[in-house]
Amino acid sequence: MGCFKIVVLAQRLPTLFSFRTVSSDPLVEIDNVTFAYDQRTILNGINLSIPKGKVVAIMGGSGCGKTTLLRLIGGQVRPSKGAVRVAGQVVNELKQDELYALRRKMGMLFQFGALFTDMSVFDNVAFQMREHTDLPESMIRDLVLMKLHAVGLRGAAHLLPSELSGGMARRVALARAIALDPMLMMYDEPFAGLDPISLGVIGQLIRRLNDALGATSIVVTHDVMESLAIVDYVYFVSAGSIVAEGTPEQIRASEMPFVHQFVKGEPDGPVPFHYPAPDYRDALVGGRNA
Amino acid sequence: MLDWGGRRISAIGAVLVNALMRAGFAARFLLAILLNSGTAFRRFGLTIREIYFTGVLSLIIILVSGLFVGMVLGLQGYDTLQRFGASEALGVLVSLSLVRELGPVVGGLLFASRAGSAITAEIGLMKATEQLSAMEMMAVNPIARVVGPRFWAGVISMPLLAAMFSAMGVLGGYVVGVLLIGVDSGSFWSQMQASVDFANDIMNGVIKSIVFGIAVSLIAVFEGYDADPTAEGVSGATTRTVVTSSLAILGLDFILTAFMFRGL
Ligand SMILES: Nc1ncnc2c1ncn2[C@@H]1O[C@H](COP(=O)(O)OP(=O)(O)OP(=O)(O)O)[C@@H](O)[C@H]1O
Ligand SMILES: [Mg+2]
Repeated sequence: MGCFKIVVLAQRLPTLFSFRTVSSDPLVEIDNVTFAYDQRTILNGINLSIPKGKVVAIMGGSGCGKTTLLRLIGGQVRPSKGAVRVAGQVVNELKQDELYALRRKMGMLFQFGALFTDMSVFDNVAFQMREHTDLPESMIRDLVLMKLHAVGLRGAAHLLPSELSGGMARRVALARAIALDPMLMMYDEPFAGLDPISLGVIGQLIRRLNDALGATSIVVTHDVMESLAIVDYVYFVSAGSIVAEGTPEQIRASEMPFVHQFVKGEPDGPVPFHYPAPDYRDALVGGRNA
Repeated sequence: MLDWGGRRISAIGAVLVNALMRAGFAARFLLAILLNSGTAFRRFGLTIREIYFTGVLSLIIILVSGLFVGMVLGLQGYDTLQRFGASEALGVLVSLSLVRELGPVVGGLLFASRAGSAITAEIGLMKATEQLSAMEMMAVNPIARVVGPRFWAGVISMPLLAAMFSAMGVLGGYVVGVLLIGVDSGSFWSQMQASVDFANDIMNGVIKSIVFGIAVSLIAVFEGYDADPTAEGVSGATTRTVVTSSLAILGLDFILTAFMFRGL
């Protein structure tokens, strides 16, 4: 228990002495990146930068390429044009071992959890500690329980992923993503499938973790209200590039039709609800004739 | 425009080119596994765990099949040998058939369908549910952490399983030949002991089973890792593992036998 307290204290230290200066030099820079799956261009000359120490939200319609953007930052896919820079390194030019070294400093919450199904919740969260550190098992136990406690699932440590609900699995995945206190955290829809209470708690957790560790966070989300409450900056993606950006106040006050539609959740506006398709009437009528 | 025959020929060509390309990918995959095998041996616990899943859990089917194959060999062998008045040689026939051929080959076929398919399905599902991606993002190489231990577990298990198959088979032959039919127990064992050569028969069988173990394990992990990340993709990969490894075992068996026992 003693060591538990020390770890907690150590995590608070940066804020206690507040020697962390919120600098504005970017940790992540997406520089004119174009990316296509096969023939279909998903991102088209997109530019954005994420300053160190900030929590930045990326919003946009379903299927607009937000997950793809996170995969580009993590180096899992490579752009066909442009450069992705993280901490000054060009991710898409790194060799495998350099990429792995960089990824040790990143944490990623996958959209669908991606928990290891053959391990318990506890072992899932402990996975990276066991792989990357020589910490004694007792220390790992304390750390894992601390992370699980933060997401409200300390009592579920012994369960298998197949025994969790969707929202619980997502929270375990979140605990696993923050297991090694990474300098860059990427959350792909952390609020999906959460009840309003967990939603508020997780939102605050993302904010507090970021500030306590002096980390940088990217939150991909559709939850406009929840995320405007916790983030420093928002980017809106549409049709493969950034169409709007700003601080939460600017976004709330924005008169841009795109932002307006998104914040208010209106079906009609510049954001298409439908995946590109031929005219609906033609499809209904023509399909039968053809 | 190609006519019907032309299209047929080009379709056959496409199948061959595709098969050749996959063989090339598999070879490069083997290289990647070998280069990343450190984890499987440094943290041997991971490999032991997989040996339990691939080897130990295959024991039942291997032992039971071995027993029945040996018993059938006893019946058939006795029927043929007694026509030449050589029924005392039953032990030789049973044991040579088993250690040279049936142990490695039938054991390998059973191993491919019991353990190989399971490995493919497991790795394929891990891929489909993004577990391998997640591992990569955690800076853990899935080839070292997931594929390597499973591959080496298969390579280690296969010769042991083949040996146990042969041992059970000899026991089955003994039960039928000696206990049921009444062949002389002394000559059954002594002739077997005198004619089965360690280097020529047993070691060659062991070499075969190691080669089959490498082939089946490689095919199983490759098909899983290469599977389309969907339900159909995984089921198709599982089927391909069983079909490809069975053909590989039989083909390799012919080649190895030609080299070993013809002294080529
Ligand atoms: N592996 C893939 N192969 C081909 N196309 C893909 C693949 N993955 C995604 N896509 C396509 O890329 C586009 C962007 O996908 P992405 O997952 O980045 O969307 P998203 O913004 O995260 O959407 P959502 O909010 O629904 O999660 C989608 O239109 C999808 O059809
Ligand atoms: Mg997504």
